[in-house]
Amino acid sequence: MAAFPHTLSSRLLTGWVGGCVWYLERRTVLESPHKFMHLFRSVNKQWITFQHFKFLRRMYVTQVNKIRNQQVKPKPEPVAPPFLEKMPSGEAKAELDELRPVSSASLSLSTKPNEKELLELESASVIESSIDVDGETKEEKQWREMKLHLDDLPGILARLSKIKLTALVVSTTSAGFALAPGPFDWPCFLLASLGTGLASCAANSINQFFEVPFDSNMNRTKNRPLVRGQISPLLAVSFAACCAVPGVALLTWGVNPLTGALGVFNIFLYTCCYTPLKRMSIANTWVGAVVGAIPPVMGWTAATGSLDAGALLLGGILYSWQFPHFNALSWGLREDYSRGGYCMMSVTHPGLCRRVALRHCLALVGLCIAAPVLDVTTWAFPLVSLPINLYISYLGFRFYKDADRKSSRKLFFCSLWHLPLLLLLMLTCKRRPGREEDKGDAQS
Amino acid sequence: MAVPRRGREALRSFLCRGLAGSGCRLDPERGPERRDAAPGRASRFCPPRKSHHDWIGPPDRHSNLRPIHFYKPEKESLLEQKLRELRQETQEWNQQFWANQNLSFSKEKEDFIHARLRARGLGLGAESGPKGTLSAEDMADFYKEFLSKNFQKHMQYNRDWYRRNLAITFIMGRVALQRIWNRLRWKPKRMSP
Repeated sequence: MAAFPHTLSSRLLTGWVGGCVWYLERRTVLESPHKFMHLFRSVNKQWITFQHFKFLRRMYVTQVNKIRNQQVKPKPEPVAPPFLEKMPSGEAKAELDELRPVSSASLSLSTKPNEKELLELESASVIESSIDVDGETKEEKQWREMKLHLDDLPGILARLSKIKLTALVVSTTSAGFALAPGPFDWPCFLLASLGTGLASCAANSINQFFEVPFDSNMNRTKNRPLVRGQISPLLAVSFAACCAVPGVALLTWGVNPLTGALGVFNIFLYTCCYTPLKRMSIANTWVGAVVGAIPPVMGWTAATGSLDAGALLLGGILYSWQFPHFNALSWGLREDYSRGGYCMMSVTHPGLCRRVALRHCLALVGLCIAAPVLDVTTWAFPLVSLPINLYISYLGFRFYKDADRKSSRKLFFCSLWHLPLLLLLMLTCKRRPGREEDKGDAQS
Repeated sequence: MAVPRRGREALRSFLCRGLAGSGCRLDPERGPERRDAAPGRASRFCPPRKSHHDWIGPPDRHSNLRPIHFYKPEKESLLEQKLRELRQETQEWNQQFWANQNLSFSKEKEDFIHARLRARGLGLGAESGPKGTLSAEDMADFYKEFLSKNFQKHMQYNRDWYRRNLAITFIMGRVALQRIWNRLRWKPKRMSP
């Protein structure tokens, strides 16, 4: 069976890329950048052309730039904002020029929302105070009663639990389960997936519960349910408890105690270590990488019942992947982090940030070579994964050298398709027991 | 039609605003003695009388936090009063912290840019054009400096915020239990002859 003919690989690539950019469309800037993004989509899913990808990438950049520009205090003359971060590349500068009318419009809107209305009403008003009345009436209309409607509850809880991120976590757990040796046990697989999903919902809800004022101050996260007052903190905590207890119980008694213990540990690590650490020390990045690495390990332990070398290898691959992914992303968010008081490497130790990203890109190459040594995959895997690993390492090197927005963006976007492709290749090259093949058997 | 209504609204708003500190007392439609007056912009808003819930407003332009107008029921228990006051106080404290934080960030950022450009011998304004900008790497120095300067302030804020948030949620839980208990207690009494 051919590993991948050219058409299949390009289809897969566009499929993964399509999935990734779809996800990107929904999430312009990650609030918890340590969460890895992993998509398992079948080949029959949506087809994205390269132009669409470029367009969406520009939209993503537009959003990031908008966020950046919104921090600048508006000046009276609307000609050209005097404080602009210089964009080195021509392409990015062109984008910025396009953005300027958008950003100045949004700036003028964000400061005095009622000015436009006031100008319109001036001519028609009879009493002078009516100008203020209309401005205030508009503001009054923006007040909402904090009453929970049961129809809205599913949507609110989905956003509270970061349901899309949870779905990605669950799919990584599934990957771990599928890569583990032994026969594929469907009931166990479903229980493990459901348990992990519930645990992830609980962890995400507690994270949002802790971070309300910080989320309010960052553009991407300011529409979260707790920030908007759509749900009370008590309800959020109760929901988290209602997810955590059955989730962990399902993992402990439905799968095995080891997986349950890992689930509890991961919830604790995320809510009680990573979330507070984000504001205390740059060590949060390493803790967050561990948080991201544990779900596939859980998938593996669910299948095999033991924490063996293959599980640790899989966890190691995801751990290493977090660094180029997050460090590249955080490079463009330095202003928000600084203002919000988040301790991130990109702000406090920029050199370290880039070094670590490059280091872990190279570590991925080493880990892929270790896969056949540990009998997880055949020797085909390090060979077929070498091109993508070398490419991400090259982008990591460029990020290390150039240290600019362009290289950080390239590295980040590469990491989005790199991980799902890598996991797919691992699955394809999984060493199956009992097959008469020697280690030298590559693509056939 | 539009003018008299506008005039009525204007009068009501004017009176509301004039007595903002003490709540919307003169407004017959709004039952003001039931409203707990929050300072600043929130006090200009008067929720309708028939509402028994809190109201949440648009984000404050300096602190980006949404003010809440807390509902004060007629028969408020001690615990409920404690909860409401704690939430009110936490809200004011939060608003103040973040408004200060955001304003000082903007101001220091501008000062930094001015200073850097002056140090390079470049001015601001029309003649400077593209030279009157700072690269991301220059700004990075500012972000690092700002973060480290405010580190202790953030540490203190984090500690206080976690403590307050957990206290509020805990008291909310107690209030909810109290309400459930009261409802269960009154039900059998009504049922028994």
